[in-house]
Amino acid sequence: MSTKFVVNGLKAEIEGKEILKGIDLNIKGGEIHAIMGPNGTGKSTLASALMGHPKYEVTSGTATLNDEDLLEMEVDARARAGLFLAMQYPSEITGVTNSDFLRSAINARRGEGNEISLIKFIRQMEGKMKELDMNPEFAHRYLNEGFSGGEKKRNEILQMLLLEPKITILDEIDSGLDIDALKIVAAGVNAMRSEERGFLIITHYQRLLNYITPDYVHVMMQGRIVKSGGPELAQRLEDEGYDWVKEELGIVDETVGKA
Amino acid sequence: MGTQLSFDRGSAEALSVSKQEPTWLTVRRAEAAEKAQTLDWPQPEKMRIARWNLEAFGNYKAAEPAAGTAELPAALQELLSKEEDASGLLVQRNSSRVLNRMNEKLAAKGVIFTDLETAAREHVELVQKHLFSVVDPYTDKLTARHAALWTGGVFVYVPKNVEVELPLQALLYSDDAEATFAPHILLIADTNSRVTYVDNVVSAFAGEVAPSVHQSVTEVIVKAGARVQFATVHHLAESVTDLSVRRAKVEQDGRIEWIVGDLHDGNILSDTVSVLEGSGATSDAKVITIGARAQKMSVTTQAVHVGRSTDSNMVTRAVMKEQATAIINGITKIEKGATKANGVQTEKVLMLSPKARGDANPILLIDEDDVTAGHAASVGQVNPEQIHYLMSRGIAKEDAERLIIYGFLAPVVSEVPIPSVREQLQRLLERKLES
Repeated sequence: MSTKFVVNGLKAEIEGKEILKGIDLNIKGGEIHAIMGPNGTGKSTLASALMGHPKYEVTSGTATLNDEDLLEMEVDARARAGLFLAMQYPSEITGVTNSDFLRSAINARRGEGNEISLIKFIRQMEGKMKELDMNPEFAHRYLNEGFSGGEKKRNEILQMLLLEPKITILDEIDSGLDIDALKIVAAGVNAMRSEERGFLIITHYQRLLNYITPDYVHVMMQGRIVKSGGPELAQRLEDEGYDWVKEELGIVDETVGKA
Repeated sequence: MGTQLSFDRGSAEALSVSKQEPTWLTVRRAEAAEKAQTLDWPQPEKMRIARWNLEAFGNYKAAEPAAGTAELPAALQELLSKEEDASGLLVQRNSSRVLNRMNEKLAAKGVIFTDLETAAREHVELVQKHLFSVVDPYTDKLTARHAALWTGGVFVYVPKNVEVELPLQALLYSDDAEATFAPHILLIADTNSRVTYVDNVVSAFAGEVAPSVHQSVTEVIVKAGARVQFATVHHLAESVTDLSVRRAKVEQDGRIEWIVGDLHDGNILSDTVSVLEGSGATSDAKVITIGARAQKMSVTTQAVHVGRSTDSNMVTRAVMKEQATAIINGITKIEKGATKANGVQTEKVLMLSPKARGDANPILLIDEDDVTAGHAASVGQVNPEQIHYLMSRGIAKEDAERLIIYGFLAPVVSEVPIPSVREQLQRLLERKLES
């Protein structure tokens, strides 16, 4: 079955302040959607709310993955259903090695009695780390502890490659990456492209989209998607900035949820 | 209840005589018994141990010797290393030694590994000189009472330049709550020697028993250039109050490494001190403890810097469940004249329940200017962001919590230098965490 990810009228708030004011998205397997927009317009909130971060409360709307209601699920069940969020600020967890963590995550998906063999796991992990040009030593380091910004981002992509999600949300994966790392990350994403998988790429800049060509580009302002188009939209935003969009739509302050 | 005993000079003397102990020891015991009447219980920070059941120290009961480890309860056999992985084994059951063996080659080199009662008769000079040379028996009621009624015990002597490669292992257990359980451990590492000592302090009661007390005093003498690894794992039943005092005196360029696993289920007073007397002496202490139910724990590590260029490191990790209370003290004391000393300590407490209590108290007492000292202490709960992160990868909440809790302890457990102790600690702390 081809993947189908549908978000409908999603509203969410944080500490009583509404940030998302009705988001609609429809991502099919094989498609890459990009959400662009200036800071403070609700892009990361969308990612966090979909994953189920406890700080965000969804007040109305739906989100389904292959007709399964994601919003009804606990965070871990959403992940096992096939949703993956590469986070902007991944947690550091002392004492838990990267490889133990990865294996736990893979086994959580496979279920009891169907655990991956250690040898197979190591082979897979080492193979993917090589693809991402990661030092093998990172397998034995504590999860994200003492990783640089770029190393953390690569580690997020490593998880994506190993967990093979149906829908991947990349939340500003490009921030803090130099151009070489950006290319490696993009190659990782491109290697995952298939009819089975959809992507939602959240970014400020068009830079990443030079390496991952999106099918659809959406502009987010004031907690809504205010404009959608093809890859040419991203290019125009890169060349001209966001002011023309604001002008066109009569928006003065594009941010949302400010006190 | 038969566990109570009024203990005075007369009874201490009578017991010592009945065991045919040397006169010097009988005299010392009698004096200590008398002193114990007037001294007070120790008063650790923020913990009123006087409220604990401290009197149930029982009567001396000699246990039958065992022919081999196969005669020990199965659960205890599991704690022992394979014979070929240890340099020697000593088992104390309740008040007395029941089993003792040692590698013959080491014996030929002059290494002594026996119970302290035997050593007091057979190695008079060494024992008389060093017994209570590190711990002042009149420090408080606890030490004085111990000096009066210690039984069994362990004596280790490693001669100059001798390296004992494999650990010496002791198993100290109680299976009779009415029997005195008060081993005294005396370890002497002579100049430039090396030794690793590992013990388990456990109980093996059948069913519910009356309250009892385990009270032990450990004295370690590290002579110049010697190196001692001392690992001790306590996991007695809830009915037992564990009062354990450990002191090492370290001479020039000597080193003591403590590994303490306080995985006991009852109240605990655990006090581990390294006195760095000689210049260049160093110490390292790793303490892991898990509190559960209504347990009360006072866990102190201390480094006293006397010599120049001495170096100490102390790490304590505590996980507190249910209504357990732990007061974790780290004391770095640098005396005047201990120039270029360096003392570092870290205490971290992870609270798993809103009813648990944990205090981490770093205490620095520094009387010298030309030193460096560092400390870090934290008390916290499992971080919800970390839980979210793990769950976002499909890991169920309880598995995520478990990963984080074990992760909290892992940096200390993984650095335990003795593989058998590391594995055992891991197993025992898992058992206590999951219970």
